[in-house]
Amino acid sequence: MAAPNNRRPGYSRRAQYGNFFGYILAVAGLAVGVIMLVISTGKSESFSGLRMAAADSAAPAAKAAANARTGSQSTRQIIAGYFTSGVRVARLEREVAEARVRLAEQAALAEENARLKAMLALTQGDQRPVVVTRMIGSTSSSTRRFATIGAGTNQGVRVGMAVRSPLGLVGRVVETGSTSARLLLVTDTESSVPVRRASDGLQGYANGLGDGTVQIRLSTTGINPLKRGDAIVTSGSGGIYRPGEAIAVVTSLTPDGAIARPLSDPGQTEFVAVEAVFEEIPEIVPAPAPKPGRKR
Amino acid sequence: MQPPLPSALRQFGKPRINRAASPVLALTTPWLLVMLGSLSPSWPVIASAPVLPPFGFLLLVGWQQLRPGLFPVWAGFPLGLFDDLFSGQPFGSAVVLWSAAMIALDFIDHRFPWRGFALNWLVASAFITAYLLLALQIANLGGANASPLVLLPQLAVAVLAYPITARLVALADRFRLIPIRKI
Repeated sequence: MAAPNNRRPGYSRRAQYGNFFGYILAVAGLAVGVIMLVISTGKSESFSGLRMAAADSAAPAAKAAANARTGSQSTRQIIAGYFTSGVRVARLEREVAEARVRLAEQAALAEENARLKAMLALTQGDQRPVVVTRMIGSTSSSTRRFATIGAGTNQGVRVGMAVRSPLGLVGRVVETGSTSARLLLVTDTESSVPVRRASDGLQGYANGLGDGTVQIRLSTTGINPLKRGDAIVTSGSGGIYRPGEAIAVVTSLTPDGAIARPLSDPGQTEFVAVEAVFEEIPEIVPAPAPKPGRKR
Repeated sequence: MQPPLPSALRQFGKPRINRAASPVLALTTPWLLVMLGSLSPSWPVIASAPVLPPFGFLLLVGWQQLRPGLFPVWAGFPLGLFDDLFSGQPFGSAVVLWSAAMIALDFIDHRFPWRGFALNWLVASAFITAYLLLALQIANLGGANASPLVLLPQLAVAVLAYPITARLVALADRFRLIPIRKI
């Protein structure tokens, strides 16, 4: 359809001026946007208050939607379950019998472990998560990988806390609202997690690539000892992430490291646990200011 | 054979002498639909890679091409501001890109007043490509460094989703013009 010719609205002064100011406003909006962009790229947390207020207000609807998502998944499973129930009951009964034996063995091992730790005088703090919550959304159309969880400062979530699913590390909290918080996923290009190979403790970093995988960069140089299928766990250096948490499995090799796929696909993750900061980062003491010299 | 609809319902969408479209519905529907598209990050899709098309932007382009002049030229500013609250991009990214897109679409609209759907789709594809690439550049300025190759799946999905979005916009356009107000 041809446009109504808004540009030349005839002899009406009012319409002409309205039109003219419309364009002025449009260009002014563009200019204001550029200013906002300069501020926010310089300091990424600059508009976070506004953003988290919006996320908080959208959180109830998003939680309902997340409920629907898990609801629909379980419906499918229930229907599928009718067709396989007999076989599965038999298998599960056998597994339970085996698991009882294992459980007794584990109890013995745990007891022995506690005794050995007591001998070494190791203290083990309470490692309960701060809160267990639902993932309620992610920035699925932006190249930045952020996700939103349904718990915020009211539930004790603070910036910097690590977030994990039963399968492994998901990310860490970067912004908090009162009832929701924003995570930086490990696949974001700004995320860098100190890691080691599970089998021998080979040190490195896992940097997000933004496409659902992470790049493993080794601290050592020379030959690349990584192989496909190597399990990568957090090393705990830096103090943000607890050591020994599973994060990814190597899928292909690059000259200086490897590409690995994170174990916890956020799309499959229903509940996540927010963990307290593993080791408080010491307050950075500002260097003593140089003596004020004469300005030239 | 026609399904037996109640006569009131059958008459509902038809133009009648003493009925007109409700101005509230006619004016708010386009804005609300675009804002609903901007809310897509809180839809129950959790992705570890950018896969969903930017629905807010697609709907904005769709409205502008179906009903040029329905949105004022400055509409990119408020709608972009709303999009920025949820998109995860550096704040101000959508304000700039949507404002620029509105001005450019207005120009194209006056340059080519008679367009078919193929041309609309071509123009929209060019706009979507430019939008995604520039959004990536802006995100990279703000600290990320993703390669443009990451965008390819999303770009394909977005270009293919445009016709569906245009149909959705057309549906919403019929909805907003339903004559329900008695004159």
